[in-house]
Amino acid sequence: MEQINSYLRRLPTWVVYLGGAIPAALLLYGAFFGGLGPDPVKGLERPLGEWGLRFLIASLAVTPLLRVGLRLLKFRRALGLLGFFYILAHFMVWIGLDMGLLWTQIAQDLVKRPYIIVGFAGFLMLLPLAITSNDGVIRRMGGRAWRRLHKLAYPAILAGAVHFLMIGKVYTTEALIYLGLVGVLLVVRLIPQRKRQLQTA
Amino acid sequence: MAAPAMARNKWSVDEPPNSLEDISGYNNFYEFGWGKEDPAAYAGALTTDPWSVEIGGLVDKPGKYDLADVLKGQSIEERIYRFRCVEAWSMVVPWHGFELAGLLARVGVQPSAKYVAFETLLRPEEMPGQKDGSFPWPYVEGLRLDEAMHPLTILATGLYDQPMPKQNGAPLRLVVPWKYGFKSIKSIVKITLTNKQPPTTWNILQSNEYGFYANVNPQVDHPRWSQATERPIGGGLFAGRKDTLLFNGYGDDVASLYAGQDLAVDY
Repeated sequence: MEQINSYLRRLPTWVVYLGGAIPAALLLYGAFFGGLGPDPVKGLERPLGEWGLRFLIASLAVTPLLRVGLRLLKFRRALGLLGFFYILAHFMVWIGLDMGLLWTQIAQDLVKRPYIIVGFAGFLMLLPLAITSNDGVIRRMGGRAWRRLHKLAYPAILAGAVHFLMIGKVYTTEALIYLGLVGVLLVVRLIPQRKRQLQTA
Repeated sequence: MAAPAMARNKWSVDEPPNSLEDISGYNNFYEFGWGKEDPAAYAGALTTDPWSVEIGGLVDKPGKYDLADVLKGQSIEERIYRFRCVEAWSMVVPWHGFELAGLLARVGVQPSAKYVAFETLLRPEEMPGQKDGSFPWPYVEGLRLDEAMHPLTILATGLYDQPMPKQNGAPLRLVVPWKYGFKSIKSIVKITLTNKQPPTTWNILQSNEYGFYANVNPQVDHPRWSQATERPIGGGLFAGRKDTLLFNGYGDDVASLYAGQDLAVDY
């Protein structure tokens, strides 16, 4: 584990950003040069949302993994921001391409459709987190307030996973796996860290 | 199966049909998986010959009819129909088929019959989606007798100039163009005339979302999404949406079937 950690220490965070941009680049290529199938709108919208959820779940895994000795803390911001930008793109594709800028219908859906309300609520909760994800703001806010604000990540990501589950005509295995992962990553946070507390006491 | 150079049928719409690729590469047929590409990917192994259809219930000549026998005496026509999925996407499909009324006349519908029930093939070894136990296989659907007898209602045997692709419900499927796509049951093995409303799969699964009638209706929303508009498939990234038409645009022909019914109640 220490060997992995020392390797991770030397890995610059831009590598994570770059790697995280690959799915977006592939989707963009597919959107303009074909390959997204007969329904390129859904072919874009759905994977953007799924990648967003994947990165957000990865960011949620950082702290639990720390408990087992894996140090990924320095990549957490990158994972969170990647997740946010994928969700932002997912939302824009929904508004612009899926709903075709039909504002009345968009507005109605945003207040009437449970799965859209849940997804939109998750997105709104991500906004302050994305805005405060830089060193300057953290300094100004102070660590305690910043950490308290960023607890919003828990309901936000949970909302994302629930939104994914609610979309289909049936509950898909994939959506259930994501929701299960989020559930596990949230629940492990409730387990008291007895060992660490003893050491630091 | 299809005669060459068919004249445009009076029931056909004057809209450009989707490509064969779109129609056969993007659809729901949960017997082969939940994804839109799954039917095309996994339907290849389906055996569609031999095929027989069991016709029974309140008919004069019940029996197990071989496919060739089902088709006997029916004239196959091209019908270019709008197709509107309950998920709010749509296509235009050049079906080949014959009126269900023709087959029903041949087997003799008894006066007490009021509904027609349909059933899809149950063959999990060739339909991998049927191994999913969360779904009440086999898929069942139904129509009221007057809907079934309507000249727009066809049993389709092909599309474009070829036999029905397996992923689209070979060798014999229903097409009811004024209803949401899930009513148009695929790969039919059983047709039963009954005097009471038959159970239908999506209604069993989610009765508040999917009714027995399932007429295309922009004013009656699906609880989870609006049915006011639809996304035409095949127009690319920027196709946007268009308004959904009452009865999918077939109102002049079918609205009278529902005179006196509250379509918001009988959804």
